Parts: sequence; C-alpha cells; structure tokens
Amino acid sequence: MIDKQRIQDALKTAIDYSTADQLEVLASGRSMALTRFSNNSIHQNVAETNVSISIRAVIDKRQGYASTNRLDERSIKEMVDKAIEIAKHRPPDSGFVSLPEPRPVIMRDLVSELTVDYSPDERASDIGKLVGVVEPSNLTAAGAYSTGYSTIGVANTLGVNAVETISEAELRAVVMSGTGSGYTSATATSVNNIDIEALAEAAKSKALAGQNPIDLEPGTYTVILEPDAVADMVSFMAFAGFGALSVQEGRSFMKDKLGEKIMSPNVSIWDDALDPNTIGLTFDFEGVPKQKVVFIDNGVANAICYDSYTANKEGKQSTGHALPAPNTYGPLPLNLIMAPGANTVDDMVKSCERAILVSRFHYTNLEDPIKTTLTGMTRDGTFLIENGEIVKPIKNLRFTQSIVNALAGVEMVSEARLLKNAILGAAYVPWLKIGAFTFTGATQF
Amino acid sequence: MKELTSLALDVAKTFGATYADIRIIEEQSESIVIKNGRVDEISASTNYGFGVRVLANGAWGFAGSFLVEKPEVERVARLAVEIAKASALLAKQSVELSPVPVVQDRYTSDVQIDPFAVSLEDKLALLSGAEEIVRKTQGVTISSASMHISREKKIFANLEGSYIEQEITESGAALDAVAIQGSDIQERSYPNSHGGDVASAGYEFIQGMLLKENAPRIAEEAVQLLSAKPCPSGELTIILNGDQLALQVHESCGHPVELDRVLGMEASFAGTSFLTLDKLNTFQYGSPIVNINSDATIPRALGTFGYDDEGVPAQRFDIIKNGMFTGYLTSRETAPVLGQNSNGCMRADGWGRLPLVRMTNVSLLPGDSSLEQMIDGVKDGLFLSTNRSWSIDDKRLNFQFATQIGWEIKNGKLGAMIKNPNYTGITPEFWNSCDAIAGKDEWRVWGLANCGKGEPMQVAHVAHGAAPARFRNVKVGVGR
Repeated sequence: MIDKQRIQDALKTAIDYSTADQLEVLASGRSMALTRFSNNSIHQNVAETNVSISIRAVIDKRQGYASTNRLDERSIKEMVDKAIEIAKHRPPDSGFVSLPEPRPVIMRDLVSELTVDYSPDERASDIGKLVGVVEPSNLTAAGAYSTGYSTIGVANTLGVNAVETISEAELRAVVMSGTGSGYTSATATSVNNIDIEALAEAAKSKALAGQNPIDLEPGTYTVILEPDAVADMVSFMAFAGFGALSVQEGRSFMKDKLGEKIMSPNVSIWDDALDPNTIGLTFDFEGVPKQKVVFIDNGVANAICYDSYTANKEGKQSTGHALPAPNTYGPLPLNLIMAPGANTVDDMVKSCERAILVSRFHYTNLEDPIKTTLTGMTRDGTFLIENGEIVKPIKNLRFTQSIVNALAGVEMVSEARLLKNAILGAAYVPWLKIGAFTFTGATQF
Repeated sequence: MKELTSLALDVAKTFGATYADIRIIEEQSESIVIKNGRVDEISASTNYGFGVRVLANGAWGFAGSFLVEKPEVERVARLAVEIAKASALLAKQSVELSPVPVVQDRYTSDVQIDPFAVSLEDKLALLSGAEEIVRKTQGVTISSASMHISREKKIFANLEGSYIEQEITESGAALDAVAIQGSDIQERSYPNSHGGDVASAGYEFIQGMLLKENAPRIAEEAVQLLSAKPCPSGELTIILNGDQLALQVHESCGHPVELDRVLGMEASFAGTSFLTLDKLNTFQYGSPIVNINSDATIPRALGTFGYDDEGVPAQRFDIIKNGMFTGYLTSRETAPVLGQNSNGCMRADGWGRLPLVRMTNVSLLPGDSSLEQMIDGVKDGLFLSTNRSWSIDDKRLNFQFATQIGWEIKNGKLGAMIKNPNYTGITPEFWNSCDAIAGKDEWRVWGLANCGKGEPMQVAHVAHGAAPARFRNVKVGVGR
C-alpha cells in the first residue's frame, strides 16, 4: 500500500523546495484490482499500483504545470523546477488572483482494510456466486468487479494541506439470455456492502422478463426512468451547465436563469460530498473544503459551483469543486444528489395508463449543451406499461430529448434512491416518472 | 533493461506461468492551450512503469507498477501469476495462443522535426497567431487553440524470446471557434473536432496544418451558423465529408469488427456486435463500392506501429471487400477461433493496462467519384461536415451523429448553410445506401486520439482514412 505518510512526505518535499511565488502540489497513490468476466467465465484479471504528483507553480501571475509518476525526492524537485521554468516562459494571466488560502477541512478516511487487501481468489469466489445464480437459468453474465483504494493529498505554499484515503469496491454486470438482458451495479467503500447474490438475482429477473421483446413505434411517451438512467441524464446536465466556467463562458443552460423556475417543483438537485449516501473526498483538488451547493431548488435554478479561479473572477469564495489542474472543464460537481419523493415504484407504475419503463441508457451524448439535447439508446430492459402494469418487453429505442425539458415534466419521484456511478463521479438518485419523453428511433433487438 | 525483463519472465515461469510478457514504458508529453487570448495551460508530464501479463493454469493474469526496480518487478511478476491462477478458478476453457515469430527488433516512428526540441515561444506564437484571428472575428464568443505532443518508448519481451523496442512520437493541434447568441450555440473546429488532428509524426505535422490560414474561415462559419437555416427533417441524400466519415467508420465498422467484442468480452461495457461469426464472408455489409481495410503500416498515421503489444508485426488486411464482410481485428487469443493467426491488433493504453483488440488505421478506401461529381448527382440533399456528437447502440446497429455544419444541395448545386444537422440510421442499411465515394485525391487520414474501450477504461490512438462519400435515403433532422 502507498501509505498516507508517503503522500504527505511528497507534498512536503515539493512545498519545502519551492522558490515560486506560490506553489500547489497534488499527489496521489492508488492500488486497484479488477476482475472482468464474460460468458460466465473470468477472461481478464488485472492489478495496478501507481502514484502521481502534479505541480502548479505561480510566478507573477504566470502558472506552469508539471507532473510525473515518480515520488522520489529528485523527481519531485525536477518537477518543481520544470513547473517554475514553464511559468517563467509564459505570459502573465491577469485573471489569476491567488491559489486558495487554507480553510478548515473535516478530513476523514473511508477505509475498509478488507477491501484494500481483497485477494484475486476472493474476487473470483464472489463472481462464482453471481454465476451460480444465473447459469442454472441458461443465462450468461458479463461484468467487472473491482477493489482497491486511493490516497489523495493537496498542499500549497499558503498553508493548504489535506490528505484522505478511500477504499472502493464496485460491481457491474449484465445478465443475458438470447433475447433479453438485465443490468446491475453497486458501488461502496467496502466489499461487505456489495450483496453479490441479491444483485445477481435482480439482473437475472430482468433478463428473464426482457425475453422476446416486441417492436414499438418511436414517439413521445410517458416514461419511468430507473436510477441508472436518471444518474446518466442528470450527470450530463451537470457537466453541461452546473459549473461556473460554463456559465461565465455563456455555454450553460443556467446562464441568466438563476432564480427562475426551469423544472418541475418536485425536482431538487444538489452536490454534497459529506452526505453519508455518497462517497467522496471532503476537499477538492485545490484543497478547498467541499460545500453543499443546491443547483436546483424545487424546480428553481438556484446556484452554480466554483473553483478558486472562477470564484475570484466574481469576487466570491470557491465552493470546493475544483478538478485537478490544469483542465479545460472548470469546476464540476462529483457527488450529485437528487431529492426523494413520497412514491413507491409500484405506485408510479400503477399510475401509468401507457408508458415505457427504462432500466438504463446507453452511449448518451449531448448534441446541444445549452438546450441540453441528449441522445442515446435504452439498454438492458425496456418495458411497455399499460393500465398500470408492466406488460411486455420492447426492443431498444433511441431518444433525442432536452434534459431540462424532461425534468420540467417530472410527475412523480420515488422515495427510494440508489447511488450510481456516472460520467461525473457518482449520483444518488430516485426513480422518476416523466410525462413526455421523446423517442426518435428504434433498433433491431 | 534486459536484466529486468528477464527477471520478470523468469519469476513468472518459476511460479507457474506457461506464457509471460513484460512491457516497460516511458511516456513524455506536453500540452498547450490558449483560450480567449489567455494561455490556459502549459504542462509537461512524464510517466514510467511496467506491466507483466501471464498465462497460468490456462488463464490470464496481469499486474503493473510504477516502480521499475528489481524487487518490485519480482513482486509484480509473482502477483500476475497469482491473479492468473485465480482466473483459472472460474475459466470455462484454457487460453490457446496463435503462433507468432520470435523477433528481436527496433522500430522508430518517422519524425522530421522533434516536437520536444521546438521552443515554447515558437509553439505559443504558432497557436496564438491562429487563436487571435478567431478571437478578433466579430461574433465569436469563445476562441481556442491547442497543441499536444507525446513520445512513448516501449520495450516488449516475452517468454518465447522476442525483444522489441519501439519509440513512437505523436503531434497534434486544434483550433476552435464558438459563437453564442441566446440559447443558440455554434462551433467550428479545424482540422477536426474533439482535439483536432493527430499523427505519428513530428512538429512538421503541426506546421503543415496551416492553422492561421484556416482561422478566418472557421471563425466566420461559426458566426454565420447563428443565422443559418435549421436542418430540415426527413429522408434525404447526404454527402459526408471525410472528417465526419472517419468517425462513422470508427463507430459502425471499426468497433463491430473487434473479435473480442464479437465473442462477448466487452458485453458489460460498450456491448457486443451485430457482426457475429456466422456473418464472416457471407454478409453484405455495404454496397459493392464499399471497401474498408485495417492497415497499421500507413506512414505517419496515428494507428501505425512496428509491432502490436503481443509482438505481432503491423499488418494490412481487408475488413469489407466489395461490400462483403471479410475480416475481423484479432489477437493471439481470439484469432484461433477463426482458425487464423493474429493480425496484430492488440494494443494497451500504457504500462498499467492489459492489451485489448483495438483498431489501428481502419479506412474507407477511395472510390472513383469526386465531391463535385457527387454533388452534381443530388437533387435534394445535404453536405455534412465535422462531428459534433456521436452515439450508437450496444450491437453497433442504430447510430446517430450530429455535425457542426451542413449545406443544402439543390439540383446539383451546393446551397445555403444549415445549422444543427444530425442524421441517424442502421449500420448495414446505411452502408448499403452508399452509391459514390470520392477518389484518392480527396482521401486523407484523420487521427483520433480518444477511442475508449475496456474496464478499467483504456484510451487508444487510432486513425481512419476517408474521402467524402454519398448515401441515399438517410433520415436527417432527428428531433428537430
């Protein structure tokens, strides 16, 4: 294990050696193992140990960046020198004010030693349990099961210094029959919280229910989106417009909308790394403590998130949403949470005269970031609901739909929520019933 | 280095490996981004490590580490064997590898001007000269220019006796103009979107792009798009420019012919493929003028190398011949399923990742038409250029692409500019509707440095040759 002390030593070496006006160090150590399976058999099985150290040097409003994956003293000093040399050779940035000053960070480690030390044999045994659930029903499973940990530390010459370790366990699996499939996933800080057999049963029942799907004409339908689909959609929306840089550059749907109602009143979305239902560092990649930011408050566009650069531009404080520097994305939320409703999923299904139940989206992509037009396919279980009951599996459909407009039409929200990995970190989201959702095409399976 | 590679292979063998290979890789890269007149990024990065892959008890194990030292090499080789033995606990059949010649060789990509030897001042001047033109164009909201250069030095050795050293240098650049008016956002990119164009070449490739010369055109087009006509909805004839066709080939041909995907090995991530084994040599993938091949030997193309990450020499072979589906991309493990030997498509994203079946340079070969002739043959259609977004289903059938720009074609003439164009289709129906492909004078290779696959995710650098081509009865203006 790359212990925390080694990361702290690396931070100190860089800070002590610096001759820059200001200097920031981001150091990490990571050891991850992943067992991949397909056709009920393990076919890839890997482990990797790596470190990284990234330096941001500031000389007279000029920033230079250098990084390496060597943690020895000589390499760290070389990177500090390199970052300073780069900074000296570039023009000053008048928009740069300062690296962040230190603010109190509630540091915590989320470490399961069992998960850190989980062996290849133990992962194989767990996957064997999953296969044991599905194989007797003539189904095949494919997926990935990963275990390991990351330690991340940030320090700067103004006094910022924060280090945390998080262990990670994640299972993703698709269970397939000849004509139907079901998906399951879970992410946690401990393998003890990954209930392999229960997850396998859920995917199995969906794969069996999804057999022999029928064709359905594309069009606008009421939908019930399961959490995997909701997390995908909300995460793309956050990427498109919840960060200050996208607003400052005028490419966010949130620009000029703060204070306006843009979604259904039963939609509230925030970012909160400290919520016990999610997993995340308590500080961002500049070492600033992560603040809870409510982006959508009962349908009203309420706030956006900042890093130090975008905050200084508006004379505000960073909300603790910086990504590793340098990056072209600006600040983004990595721990999205959506407010629950009061409904059970059964209530939501029963309320539908004719609707489509979507288990999951596939290969979603934004066509227009301001209109939040998203396209993608359904996958691993799409069903027709008629008169309050799930009646038939249907072949996968393509949607082309504005996310903001979809969320303006949310009619019911489930009380239950699940944590799902998405394009931005993880999102803890409910099931949603949306009045009108546009499917523009269909495929052959 | 031979001391370390031998140590890894010996340790693996001692602990039970029947096959083992090691890759030791040193990477160096540099990025520059100028945005809205401000230097947004100048960064330099190095990365060093090794990965050991073994077969033990008939199953795979892989482990990698950043610490290239003897005790760590020994630990990692033992761990790889331990992992392989765990894989064997849940393996349905033993892995058999197709044979490959034992090779001792060295390969270096063609570099005329070492990009790392060019001064920072010269690079900034080249980018800022182009970015300034975009920025000062009335109506442009966001201007940016970027450059990325990298060099990978790689040693491959295996238990069979191969020892291969490769050094591959890559250079690429991009120029972007974004114009925004209310909720209307329009973008034009040069030479291509999503990071521009990249090649296995030196700084001469970036100089040859003529970024400054093309800056006025893309800036003006971005602004003009704000007042352009909306994309019509319906079924029309479309002509795709080579930059968009490159991604069309990538998603609807390159990925579905990866044999590991066909065999289900990617099922849980991006999915499987409609090009199942029974379709080989029997399935009419496209019209008879459609010819697509894989060629890892194209000079300076981004997917070109001397040997793949199993030590198999770079090769050229047909994938689609006269419209018929004739070949997969394979590896030493998957090729025997077809009774073949590997055609050299195993590539890993650095030292810490396992090689997977990947594209090299997958290209639509030139036809005998020209853009002018193709336009002349269209009564009512669209000419579409430069990708804006992409999406395809998990068997690679239903796709939808949006492009940055389009132009109407009316009665054989290119007409008004259109904005927000997109088109959708089903892969074999689409390729069977191809009735003209421009010739070799309009054919060029496009580098694509963001091809994702696998778990953990790997990013591959690939390329696609394409000339403009015409497709009949394509659904456009989806959801508009």
